[in-house]
Amino acid sequence: MVKQMLRMVACGLVIAANGGCGKQRTAVTVAGSTAFQPFAEKLAEQFMTERLDIAVTVQGGGSALGVQAALSGAAQIGMADLVQLPPEAQALTAVVVARDGIAVVVNNKNSIKDLTMEQIRNIFCGKIRNWKELGGVDHEITVVSREAGSGTRSSFEKIVKDVTLTKDAIIQDSNGTIRETVAMDENAVGYLSHGLLNEKIKAVTVVGVACTTEEVVAGRYPIVRPVYLLTKGEPTGACKDFIDYVCSAEGQKTIKDSGLIPAK
Amino acid sequence: MQDSPNTPVHPKRPARRRVAGAFVTWCSDHLARYVFLAVAFSATASLLLIALFILKEGVPFIVKIGFKDFLFASEWDPSAGKFGIYPMIIASLWVTLGAMLIGAPLGVAGAIFLTQFVPRSVMRIIKPMIELLAGIPSVLYGFMGVMVLAPFIRNHLGGPGLSLLAGSIILGIMVLPTVISISVDTINAVPRTYLEGALALGATRWQSVHMVILKAARSGIIASIILAMGRAVGETMAVIMVVGNAVKIPHSALDSVRTLTANIALEMGYATGLHRQALFATGVVLFVVVMILNSLAMAAMKRKTGS
Amino acid sequence: MRIPPKITQAMAVILLGAATLFTVIVLVLIIAFVLKRGVPEISWEFLSTKPKEMGKAGGILPTVIGTVLLPLLAILIALPMGVGTAVYLSEYTRENRITKIIRFGTDCLAGIPSIIFGLFGYIFFVTMLGMGWSMLSGGLTLAIMILPTIIRTSEEAIRAVPQAYREVSCSLAATNWETVYKVVLPNALPGIMTGVMLGIGRSIGETAAVIFTAGSSLMMPNSLNDSVRTMSVHFYLLAREGISNEKAYATAAVLVFAVLFVNLTAYWMMNRFIAKRSR
Repeated sequence: MVKQMLRMVACGLVIAANGGCGKQRTAVTVAGSTAFQPFAEKLAEQFMTERLDIAVTVQGGGSALGVQAALSGAAQIGMADLVQLPPEAQALTAVVVARDGIAVVVNNKNSIKDLTMEQIRNIFCGKIRNWKELGGVDHEITVVSREAGSGTRSSFEKIVKDVTLTKDAIIQDSNGTIRETVAMDENAVGYLSHGLLNEKIKAVTVVGVACTTEEVVAGRYPIVRPVYLLTKGEPTGACKDFIDYVCSAEGQKTIKDSGLIPAK
Repeated sequence: MQDSPNTPVHPKRPARRRVAGAFVTWCSDHLARYVFLAVAFSATASLLLIALFILKEGVPFIVKIGFKDFLFASEWDPSAGKFGIYPMIIASLWVTLGAMLIGAPLGVAGAIFLTQFVPRSVMRIIKPMIELLAGIPSVLYGFMGVMVLAPFIRNHLGGPGLSLLAGSIILGIMVLPTVISISVDTINAVPRTYLEGALALGATRWQSVHMVILKAARSGIIASIILAMGRAVGETMAVIMVVGNAVKIPHSALDSVRTLTANIALEMGYATGLHRQALFATGVVLFVVVMILNSLAMAAMKRKTGS
Repeated sequence: MRIPPKITQAMAVILLGAATLFTVIVLVLIIAFVLKRGVPEISWEFLSTKPKEMGKAGGILPTVIGTVLLPLLAILIALPMGVGTAVYLSEYTRENRITKIIRFGTDCLAGIPSIIFGLFGYIFFVTMLGMGWSMLSGGLTLAIMILPTIIRTSEEAIRAVPQAYREVSCSLAATNWETVYKVVLPNALPGIMTGVMLGIGRSIGETAAVIFTAGSSLMMPNSLNDSVRTMSVHFYLLAREGISNEKAYATAAVLVFAVLFVNLTAYWMMNRFIAKRSR
């Protein structure tokens, strides 16, 4: 009985210690923005097919975590999509790799199609509480937002200006979760990255301008923020290779094809 | 290992070998003692490390901000330096109470029914099933809450659906296996003579159960409820998924709330400085709450063995 | 008017039975819901290929490996430490203030919410010690999380071994150490295994603490420094981000089977051991 257990344990150790015998790849950890995370994963997948000696791992957690992780060294590259980098990020080197519009989204069943910045501000501040004030059904608005450390949220609140989120707002922890929540609640309104829009929810036009790649590139869509890759000091070695790849024509093409907006 | 009285004794080995053997045994015994001491020491040290770490980060914060401004203030806005966790304390309290209002009666009723009114053969299948359910990851219950319960509440009762009520129901379901399992063990531990004595005096099954067995098992059942409460207070993932995480004091069960655990989980990734200390301080509060609950449970258990 | 006892009994049986039925139905429904949606998606391919497109396609092999390795690592660290501590407390020291304090401490720590361990692990292992998101950080955090439970159950199991066994062993001139490993530990093994199974179960189901310490990488782990994703984390991310509900349910179904497997193994081990002991 004990012998069997010992054998099982030994097998486990062999599997776990595989690293010692396996190919040693340089590890690069990329952490931060949940909006950019799916794109970073795709880029990492493609990058690793070309560079078999580098292993890129992508974590989420929000832009603020990206900044903190880059500063503390938990991650070699931080992803942050903030319209204005916080003061502690001054010590980091920032490279713009993409641009992203933030769409204001409602449920597919919602009749509202267009909102002004003023209306958006009032909704998220809790001043407009019912859809009927905007011409919709007579039902209370459910505001859905991100946690305080989200780059999407900080950028959104900064651009829309003077937004003190209403205390009744439901808080979710990633772009994808907001999309799911709005998709399930007919009276919900939220915001998320343009790159994560799909048929489950509907993006309203802001003062008549839709949140599409063309409008963002043309500068007509107002709620736009850059996506930064942050490193402590100048990027070197494997980090530099990955960042160069993301900024290269191939990387930018992937970004564009996946639904995000390239940096230039 | 039954040795017969006529087992042959080992023939005597030469004196040198006997002394050497005794020496090795003496050495290994003392070595073993020191190895165990070192292991016990390192284990205790690691546990102490984490306890001290949490206290070191959290307690100075509570001292600096002040008890009142931390525990009883309603503004939670770290970027503005406001760290009032009162709404979260209320939320955790209500979510847990709601969970116990659902889980405790159902659980105890289930335990009584399963031990007293159900044949042993059925019990042998049901008990492992219940233990299986206790092991299911909480995120699964949370997801069920999001997909099934929240829309139901939203469509039939109002509010955003992601609410205090949803959290209580999901947590109540989650603690059911714990309550049932421990209560079943407690009730089964009551000596059979109690039941037989009551029946011999002409009581019906139900009368013997509620007049005799339950009174004897009472402390264990209470302990199981308190332990389940501890589990409910500490639950994070399922709660984050279904309660909505709005930082406000709930006015009704349909309001969205944020519990202490959800607060830590949502903000720990990026909190620094004072904000991070605030999260550790929240941890200290949870620590204290769980400690109180555990002590109550242990006191309840002791009363049982005492009587 | 006094209600005849036979009627109160009938009422009680009906009420209790209804409550129990309701409980059983709810719990069974949850499992059935998951299995019904998830099992059709499970195939050998699902279990043995890597995920593509963040999990929308492909399988869950790295997460299966993660779900096996992370609890294993945690047990490898916590079991020797826990059992060793329990043995020392029961066999090598007299019952005094210190042992009471240690016991109280472990009891308290056993009840602390997992998120606090996650917070500690993130700040201490991932950030301060610079281990980053890795199996090592995750394993160490999980080990600390299950250590109090293992100490507690091991101690109870060791104390349950009748004193007579120790006395007989002593009278046969065994040293303390020989008594421990030949008499006490083998007899305490079922109880110790209970603690181990509880620990494994908890590690498999842990999500928040694991995301923040072991990360959520979808790549096959090559070393202890690699980040790894467990099935619970994978389920959480797939379901919450709306990446793929089908794959999410499938992962959940695999998790249910994994928990079933762990529980059944525990029962089998205990039954076999009890049978062997009572030869």
